[in-house]
Amino acid sequence: MNKTATHIIGARLLHALALAAFVAFALFPLFWLLKVSLTPDDLMYGEGVRLWPSRVTLDHYGSVLRHSQFPLFFRNSLIVSAATGLLATAAASAAGYAFSRFRFRGKAWVMGVMLVSQMFPLVIIVAPIFRLLSPLGLTNSLSGLVVVYTAFNTPFAAFLMQSFFEAIPKDLEEAAMMDGATRFQALRRVILPLTLPGLAATGGFVFTAAWSELLFSLMLNSSAAVSTFPAGLLGFVSKFSVDFGQMMAAGVLALLPVGAFFLLIQRYLVQGLTAGAVKG
Amino acid sequence: MSRALALRLEPYLYAAPSLLLIAAIMLVPLVTGLSYAFHDLILLDPLSGDFVGLDHFREMLDDDGFWTALRNTVVWTAVSVALQFGFGLILALLLDRPFPGRGLVQALVFLPWAVPGFLSGLTWAWLFNPVIGPLPHWLHGLGLLATPENILSDPHLALWGPIAANVWWGIPFFAITLLAALQSIPKDIYEAAAMDGAGPLLRFRRVTLPLLAPTIAITVMLRTVWVANFAELIVVMTKGGPADATQILSSYIFTLAFQRLDFGYASAVAAVLLVLLLAYAAAVMVLRHAMTERA
Repeated sequence: MNKTATHIIGARLLHALALAAFVAFALFPLFWLLKVSLTPDDLMYGEGVRLWPSRVTLDHYGSVLRHSQFPLFFRNSLIVSAATGLLATAAASAAGYAFSRFRFRGKAWVMGVMLVSQMFPLVIIVAPIFRLLSPLGLTNSLSGLVVVYTAFNTPFAAFLMQSFFEAIPKDLEEAAMMDGATRFQALRRVILPLTLPGLAATGGFVFTAAWSELLFSLMLNSSAAVSTFPAGLLGFVSKFSVDFGQMMAAGVLALLPVGAFFLLIQRYLVQGLTAGAVKG
Repeated sequence: MSRALALRLEPYLYAAPSLLLIAAIMLVPLVTGLSYAFHDLILLDPLSGDFVGLDHFREMLDDDGFWTALRNTVVWTAVSVALQFGFGLILALLLDRPFPGRGLVQALVFLPWAVPGFLSGLTWAWLFNPVIGPLPHWLHGLGLLATPENILSDPHLALWGPIAANVWWGIPFFAITLLAALQSIPKDIYEAAAMDGAGPLLRFRRVTLPLLAPTIAITVMLRTVWVANFAELIVVMTKGGPADATQILSSYIFTLAFQRLDFGYASAVAAVLLVLLLAYAAAVMVLRHAMTERA
């Protein structure tokens, strides 16, 4: 009796310790980013590797916001990521719905093409895309990035949406269609409201991916007026590579929107994937 | 009649916007990009552009940079994916058990996934910098480093920097997908196994692992392809250096294209990488098929 009790307590303790180790590992780099961003310049080298500086300051954030172009980069990234999130989720829901509800000729091919589109190094298409978009006036433009990012993110988003649709019984829209609604009406009024968490998770996922993209942002947009945050931050790093406080303050600012978004949607991601797994 | 036609067309209409977009922005450029592999194409050089057949592929055979990058790609991908998967599986198993505060813990341990790739690279590069980061001092304290120096500037150790960042960043992906798969295993299977006297380890081996196997196969395959293509961490943390020691194929392609402006040769290397990855994916699919057939 006593032996099993100690056994259970031991197991719980081990479980808690292991989880604590994972939490510490996940958060430590972000904690360090925050710490350095708050360390005053005069303590930066003297107390560089202490866990917490003896004084903290918001100066680095002040100079990043006032004396750099980061507010502009932030705005550009917000526009591009939000537009990409909306467009890719819309296109992917339609495709995911088709994958989940229809058997149609060529379906395996369509899904195979989408899978292959996830397999090649995207560097190989930078030059062709530049040549494609340039005559259309879509280089050095935020719309160009939206088009490219929407295409890149649609395949995975479609598979994700498919798994959310799989979790919703077909009877629901069939009942609505019996009552005289077309399939599209049934989809809009019955099914989509039920997949709201799935739409949010997919949208959040795409938003995060677009927010993080560096390569195409660098290559397609050379003008600072249409630079996104990653390209801006990298430019800042290569220009002022010793101003650690400001770089990390900018890094923390880059992290805020995606971090907040992610904390809100992460449980729906698990739910959505669970739903997909049930169906196999 | 037209109603029947409309019904047959319906699935295509739903899939059309995605397909058109992917075809225009990804597949057509892919074909163009692959065709560059057979051309002498140097950006800003108006004399280039000739068809050169297989010259780039012959050049590759004697290119030490290519072979180093190929070796590094294997190490980088295998070590990163193995560690991401191992820790991800442990984390998923830990999170699968109910405990107070699970929602919060789950959100926190998954957070690295939300960190943009380039920013994880920068953050880890800073952590490895002895001026500003603690890691060299800790590694020195543990006796792993003779002096607290930056491993990113040591050709023998530098690849471990991006690998550490990659593991940190990639654990949540496996944890999320494996947790989802774990939660869809009906609980009564475990109860039945426990009733038959199976201990936790045996239940894990005989019940959990076989049921997770299909998810594991597909996620490991997707992740392997993705990690092999993932150049950002290396470009941001070491730029492939010192002296090309940490170049993987995808970062090498990046360097060839955007520093040497040699798009022809870069495309040829990319074509080789694509073929290797497709062969790998096909092998995994065949293996998975064979395993499910047997079961």
